[in-house]
Amino acid sequence: MTFSPELEVKFSKMLECYPAGRTRSAVVPMLIFAQDEVGHISRELVEEVAKRCKVTPLQVDEVVGYYSMLHTRPMGKFHVQVCTNISCLILGAEDLYEQAKEKLGIGNKEVTADGIFSLEEVECMGACSWAPAVQVNYDFHHNVTPEKFDRLLTELRKAN
Amino acid sequence: MIYNEPNPLETKILTKRFGLANSAAIDTYLANDGYQAFLKASKMTPTQIIDEVKASALRGRGGAGFPTGMKWSFVPRTSPKPKYIIVNADESEPGTCKDRLLMENDPHSLIEGMLIGAFAVDSHKGYIYIRGEYRYQIDCMDRAIAEAYARGYLGKNIQGTGFDFDIYTHSGAGAYECGEETALLDSIEGKRGIPRLKPPFPAVSGAWQSPTLLNNVETFCAVPPIIRDGGAAFAALGTPKNGGTRLLCLSGHVNKPGVYEIPLGYNMLKCIDEFGGGMRGGKKLKAVVPGGSSCPLLKADECDIAMDYDTLAKAKSMLGSGGMVVLDEDTCMVKFALRIMRFYAHESCGWCIPCREGTTWLRKLLQRFHDGGGLKSDIPLIGELSQNMLGRTFCALGDAAAMPTISIVEKFRDEFEAHLDGKPCPYEHAGKFAMA
Ligand SMILES: Cc1cc2nc3c(=O)[nH]c(=O)nc-3n(C[C@H](O)[C@H](O)[C@H](O)COP(=O)(O)O)c2cc1C
Ligand code: SF4
Ligand code: FES
Repeated sequence: MTFSPELEVKFSKMLECYPAGRTRSAVVPMLIFAQDEVGHISRELVEEVAKRCKVTPLQVDEVVGYYSMLHTRPMGKFHVQVCTNISCLILGAEDLYEQAKEKLGIGNKEVTADGIFSLEEVECMGACSWAPAVQVNYDFHHNVTPEKFDRLLTELRKAN
Repeated sequence: MIYNEPNPLETKILTKRFGLANSAAIDTYLANDGYQAFLKASKMTPTQIIDEVKASALRGRGGAGFPTGMKWSFVPRTSPKPKYIIVNADESEPGTCKDRLLMENDPHSLIEGMLIGAFAVDSHKGYIYIRGEYRYQIDCMDRAIAEAYARGYLGKNIQGTGFDFDIYTHSGAGAYECGEETALLDSIEGKRGIPRLKPPFPAVSGAWQSPTLLNNVETFCAVPPIIRDGGAAFAALGTPKNGGTRLLCLSGHVNKPGVYEIPLGYNMLKCIDEFGGGMRGGKKLKAVVPGGSSCPLLKADECDIAMDYDTLAKAKSMLGSGGMVVLDEDTCMVKFALRIMRFYAHESCGWCIPCREGTTWLRKLLQRFHDGGGLKSDIPLIGELSQNMLGRTFCALGDAAAMPTISIVEKFRDEFEAHLDGKPCPYEHAGKFAMA
């Protein structure tokens, strides 16, 4: 399995940045950067990362099962993450989450039939002073209101 | 980027470059005192540097508030093993959103803080462990690191001092527990983030079984001003044993939530009024989470208090990570306790039974309670279960789940009673409560 040239450069640097013989250290970052390019953590990807980091596929599987951002099946093109933790909760985040479920017609960690959206209720994402907060892929959206959220989802659908 | 207006009442030490044009660029940094502290430190002895940090009364900004200078002195400088600098940029404690601002707006101050730490303990490699969701901040740090190499502030023989230091960013992938320092070490070694038995502490045996100096982003960012202007000047900003300023992450029911830099010891009610612009909609204050979701809550009448580590500890709470969440009179405390417990149950790494089972059980109890199925006997049971977790778990996540819960049950018992006998949550519109 090969990745884009940029990612290949990133990965070869990554494997060298840890102390000698410690290539296992690259497992988590390699998985997440590869997932961004490949879409999800496939069997093939697990084996590839295991090979590159000189660990067994089982050791990679252990890690995949632990970290919440690693997905073993494809998510939507736009992964909509609504924080409902305390600062967001008290400023209406649950309503935003319900709104997303209704508008997208999917539940937690589900994907729309056309593969454009997926939804996830997430824990605090470090945007508490600008709550309620939503993250779409890696983009933060701050001080989200129902109207802003509605517009955002409509725009994303159009942008597709 | 900054996301809220600064306030003229702030004491801007760590944030003084925020808002400058291209504040993250190395040229802006160099034009505004940048890397002067490292050059000064490179002419000091390691003991002098550590003594200066001790004199500053700087305490860890990650949550526990351990004296930074003392931590630095635990690293065995003459160890034959390589030594590592690790920055905890996992920033996942609910209510906390400051480290990202430092990395976005002033990444070179973090690099310089690491450099000084590295020089003090004779380390030549540093890693910044950044939570996976912070991809933008990882990019900000990578850009700053590349600039520092290009300008000779990283790499070999830095600025002719003969000192070598390399820095790398390391992405997490979503796990609150990886903010716990020893779980972070396992994570950086490519494993699940399960905490380690302590001692040995990371300073003696940390990453790859080598001595490791591990601090929070904000802690490292405080070091350049300490070395530049002297530890005593930093200490004088705060209260005794609680030196300097910190970034207050103000959120919740205030008019102007935001991140503001305040000297330690600032009065909590004044924070709400002067920085928060008062309570939203003129509502009454009900409670405050002083420093992130793991801290015991203070009731409105306990909030006339100085915000430093020791004063809050005396009030049986904590200054924690700086995440101050303000709750108004319309907040349902049962639901608030439930949301906190849902978080800890989700993030428990599952390694030890009191935490794994305790958080899950409490989550179910609180959910049932909030849904209207609570029994009178559940109220003491929630308190008792939490009390039984306290101090009996492998790492502090168990305590973090128990402490706020105990405080809510103790201080807001009447709200639990108001949910009894199948009564709907008094704070929610009728139809919504079934969802909880
Ligand atoms: C469950 C748990 C989560 C933690 N999360 C963080 C975190 O996200 N960031 C952080 O700096 N410290 C966190 N800590 C505290 C660290 O274990 C450690 O005390 C801190 O990083 C040390 O740096 P400091 O002395 O500069 O504060 C956490 C602790 C626990 C028990
Ligand atoms: S207290 Fe919780 S998070 Fe910590 S080791 Fe035990 S199960 Fe894991
Ligand atoms: S609580 Fe939602 S971003 Fe922190």
